[in-house]
Amino acid sequence: MAERLKVHVDPDKCQGHARCKALAPELFELDEYGNAHEAGDGTVPAGLEDKAWLAKSNCPEIAIDVIEE
Amino acid sequence: MSDVSQPAAHPPVTDWLNDFDHTDPQWTEDPFPIWDELRAASPVVHTERFLGCYLPTTYEAVRAIANDPEHFSSRRIIVRDARPEITKSAAPPITSDPPVHKPAKQLLLPPFTPDAMKKLEPRVRAICNELIDGFITEKQVDAAARYTKHIPVRAIAHMLGIPESDSDLFINWIHMILELGIKDENMLLQAVHEMSDYFSAHIEERRSRPTDDLISYLMNARGKDGQPLEEEHVLGSLRLLLIAGIDTTWSAIGSSLWHLAHTPADRERLVAEPELMPTAVEEFLRAYSPVTMAREVVKETTVSGCPVKPGNMVLLSFPAANRDPKMFPDADKVVIDRRENRHAAFGLGIHRCVGSNLARMEMQVALEEWLKRIPDFALDPAGSVTWSQGTVRGPRQLPFLLGKAM
Repeated sequence: MAERLKVHVDPDKCQGHARCKALAPELFELDEYGNAHEAGDGTVPAGLEDKAWLAKSNCPEIAIDVIEE
Repeated sequence: MSDVSQPAAHPPVTDWLNDFDHTDPQWTEDPFPIWDELRAASPVVHTERFLGCYLPTTYEAVRAIANDPEHFSSRRIIVRDARPEITKSAAPPITSDPPVHKPAKQLLLPPFTPDAMKKLEPRVRAICNELIDGFITEKQVDAAARYTKHIPVRAIAHMLGIPESDSDLFINWIHMILELGIKDENMLLQAVHEMSDYFSAHIEERRSRPTDDLISYLMNARGKDGQPLEEEHVLGSLRLLLIAGIDTTWSAIGSSLWHLAHTPADRERLVAEPELMPTAVEEFLRAYSPVTMAREVVKETTVSGCPVKPGNMVLLSFPAANRDPKMFPDADKVVIDRRENRHAAFGLGIHRCVGSNLARMEMQVALEEWLKRIPDFALDPAGSVTWSQGTVRGPRQLPFLLGKAM
């Protein structure tokens, strides 16, 4: 059985590089300053798991967690 | 001001480990082997030049310093021969430390979000095509003088609401501040004065006739206290946007085109797979990061086990960090489809470049439009590529041969 993933952006670490939004626009949103947060409750829809890991591994501030539930 | 002596020439470097100098011609021409040598020796090296300066050589050391404004202040951000008195709020937020930094930074962020850049993108595409129209029928072209140099300056002029035709003026100020200013205080002060006068006139104009541009945006902005910003703050931020937004991205576009000119496999792949461009842009940013920042040590501490003492500057080399093989496999190779790329080209921590979304958009558009119309080009063996010195690295002469019939 496939595990469900959730993404989470640590708002204290995020500096608004916006790499996550570019790589996984379905999973992240930006505020008026361009800082990121997860879309909704962060649940990663089936089929977008790769994008979640890609966003995490490209964040220069190491601000993104991918949680396996 | 006329009796100040000429700037001193720096003796050539013979011992990079104990006497590095980022203005040495060897560093300007090809810094990569120097960084590799220094990184192999120590995560932090020191020079007595510039009144004392450290250079972190690893990604880890650069990250640690960037995230530690308590010990490493941004009140001085260019490593120079002199350390004149600090003027109040020189160019906020880039010259600010916490707690002053955050409100000044937040003020500048909304006009530079990815969505705001999408609105600017059509103008940048048009600028690129207007420039290409000017030389497309020629066989030989200096792509720096005719293309890369003009794109960011026109884009930022468009955003600020100042005439794109004043571009040469802006480019000259930046040269005076970022290159000549390292060794010549008067040159730097003169450029800052001229820029302030220029922007003051534009601010004055907008008092009676408000406009929909970045100058009016800053004039209408309110500080934490609900009051308009002091004019010196507005001027400092405008100077910053102009300086930071021009030769940085000009350099990044130029280095990318330089790479593509002598790497036909990458060029052909990007022509065939244009969807790869955003990934390739990140790799160009990593491999040829243009911007080296600086900090001033204000409290004694250690970085990666190395003691660091106040009174020294730090040359915060994001470009060297981005070539650290511990962080990036095949760090010395340009891998245009590199999937994992936590590069630090736009800095790390609170001073992340405000214009990173603008720079990325300009790079992508400039390379896309060039490759659409000029898929075949190469370095002109009859010419020579020259690189800028100091804080921002990129090609200043880029002689190309255009077209297949070379």
